[in-house]
Amino acid sequence: MVAVPKIRLIWLGLTAALMALTLWMIFIWVPTEVNQGNIQRSLYFHVPVAWTAMVAIVLVAFASVAYLKTRSEKWDRLAVAAAETGVIFAGLMLITGMVWAKPVWGVWWTGEAKLTTTLILFFIYVAYLMFRAYFPPGEQRRRLAAVIGLMGAIDTPIIYYGAQLWERAHPSAVVGPLSDSDSSVDGPIGITLIVAVVAFSVLFAYVASERYRLRKQEDEVMELRRAVSLRPALAISSSLETTESTASAPAGGAY
Amino acid sequence: MGAALATVWTLARKDLLLELRSRDIVLAIVVFALLVITIFTFAIELTPSRSRDVGPGVLWAAVAFAGVLGINRSFAMEAEGDTLDGLMLTPVSRELIFFGKSLANFIFITVAEIVIFPVFEALFNINVLRIETIVIALLASIGFSAVGTAFAAVSVRVRSREIMLPLLFLPTVIPLIMAAVESTSVVVNGGSWSGFSAWLQLAIAFDVIFVIASAVLFQFVLEE
Amino acid sequence: MTLSTQERTGPGDQAATGVVAIEATRLEKSFGNAAVLRGLDMKVRDGEVVAIFGANGAGKTTLLRILATLTRPDHGTVSIYGNDLAREAERARLSLGAVLHSPMLYGDMTVEENLKFFGRMFRVPGLSARVLEIADRMGLTPRLDQRVRELSHGYRKRAALARALLHRPRVLLLDEAETGLDEPARQVLDSVIAEHRAAGHAVVMTTHSVERGIAASDRVLVLAGGRFALDEPSSSVTLTDVTRFYIEPEPGDA
Repeated sequence: MVAVPKIRLIWLGLTAALMALTLWMIFIWVPTEVNQGNIQRSLYFHVPVAWTAMVAIVLVAFASVAYLKTRSEKWDRLAVAAAETGVIFAGLMLITGMVWAKPVWGVWWTGEAKLTTTLILFFIYVAYLMFRAYFPPGEQRRRLAAVIGLMGAIDTPIIYYGAQLWERAHPSAVVGPLSDSDSSVDGPIGITLIVAVVAFSVLFAYVASERYRLRKQEDEVMELRRAVSLRPALAISSSLETTESTASAPAGGAY
Repeated sequence: MGAALATVWTLARKDLLLELRSRDIVLAIVVFALLVITIFTFAIELTPSRSRDVGPGVLWAAVAFAGVLGINRSFAMEAEGDTLDGLMLTPVSRELIFFGKSLANFIFITVAEIVIFPVFEALFNINVLRIETIVIALLASIGFSAVGTAFAAVSVRVRSREIMLPLLFLPTVIPLIMAAVESTSVVVNGGSWSGFSAWLQLAIAFDVIFVIASAVLFQFVLEE
Repeated sequence: MTLSTQERTGPGDQAATGVVAIEATRLEKSFGNAAVLRGLDMKVRDGEVVAIFGANGAGKTTLLRILATLTRPDHGTVSIYGNDLAREAERARLSLGAVLHSPMLYGDMTVEENLKFFGRMFRVPGLSARVLEIADRMGLTPRLDQRVRELSHGYRKRAALARALLHRPRVLLLDEAETGLDEPARQVLDSVIAEHRAAGHAVVMTTHSVERGIAASDRVLVLAGGRFALDEPSSSVTLTDVTRFYIEPEPGDA
């Protein structure tokens, strides 16, 4: 068992404290929004996870370009960590959006541009992760994944622009009892939103970095297996070693 | 420049020659698209107004699903004979190989559309054979073939490539499908260019961005 | 006693006068968690025919694919006549001709159409005449109008050889090119190799038939453990020198 570095414990503690503060603010401190009632509180989750999902895509794009430039595995790890965390946050964004839309707009799903964009991106990054699951590990997988991740990121602004045009062309979806009530975002509501965005960003960074660390350990295990699979060969060139050691060594090849 | 164009054309012509002999790709696109369209004529009771409402969506969903099938086939063909390796051994730059394959796929999809559109017009009883829709179809085909060619080169390396390619291709081209559906809707409801200029711009932007991005990224895909 | 460093000064350099055609340094390549090449060094000069042996899965095909620019090594560099493959692959490809396991020809096109297509890709001057010439050389003239799909294995291999030689490459890479060839076709292959060497060009070949390989080559390299375990002039190598490295092939490869 490897001891967790102190800095990570501090980071974890900070994340937990910030999340606790955020939850307290959302459910106890911030007054109930007058027009929408308690359901408006879901917005304090919806906005931060939407924000972090977007950050994740930028991170995937950045890491993918860096990988194609340098071919250094650390960028690939960063891209996967960002994509996996991003898919989860995008999923949360969709769920919180639907939970909010049902009572407020009267429908689970609308053609709202940000929701549509996130849904499409969710599919793109699910495909990205599925590709990684299908493909045997190695340089080729890292490279092709970087291409896929980059294509998805390039698509993001186009999708968003298209979704906005679509929303304008099909404005009818919003029919709920509270559909025309605006919620203001000043005072305690605004402060709570800002704190929530910060807290979720820290949470995202923590989860992604944990995933990055795990990935690195997976790679190290693979590197060890590779070293083991080389043993019979070394045995041959270092002369008279018998076949017993060579026969038992490469069992790890099955993955 | 002239030499580069000649190389692209040589590559595309090779695919056209193979297609003339096997007729694998265009036929698959046409039959599959017409099947999708036909199923929808049963799934939806078509009144004239409903035809105009859902027709464009059905048409472009059918073309996108069928197109991805054809593009997959055009790359599977290269992988089966290991001719992709043969192409990689040539001193031709990888961008030109991309443009050659894309051009061939563009021609396949366009030829298929020439058959699909009139049949769709007959089955749905709405007028899509107009200059506006032809321009939209060309723009859609350019985007489909660029994105499809890049992703087909990715998925051809995967064992379950028939599944992987649509999963990569379809979400990526959604903006283009939106643009094609919306523009076609405007046209069948009697509108013209001014009614869908924003969508036209979106389609053109998509094509420009993805032709360049796919061409640049293609070299990373072809390496082993 | 048999280390790869030997090749720099070893007795294999009888043809050491030639220009360095292929130089590979510290090549590493692994697939998944199986390392195939591990710090391999290699130098081939013009006018040399080099035979590479090794057990199944020792990495012969991987090495040839790297030399042919098809596979990118994880680490290490390859240069062909000074053109680094990582940066100047397009120029290097002009001087490379490769016959690998599959013929890499379009089954639904005729032999002539295939040769013309690949010839155009290489911008071969006087292509039509060159196609006829190479077809004649390979004994393919009566098959020019036949589709590759309809050819027998031996004629497909001849067509593959014609494709590889079309642009007059200076380096010829042959991966088990003689497999499945009938006797006349083998003679064609042997004479192609001999001609290539006589013209002062380089040949790198792998083969399962150790005797034939030794007889046809100037230098013998044996791959084991991801490096060359033996590097000797063919004249001083015997069958058992090579096959003693074949014990205990890598698992998972056939």
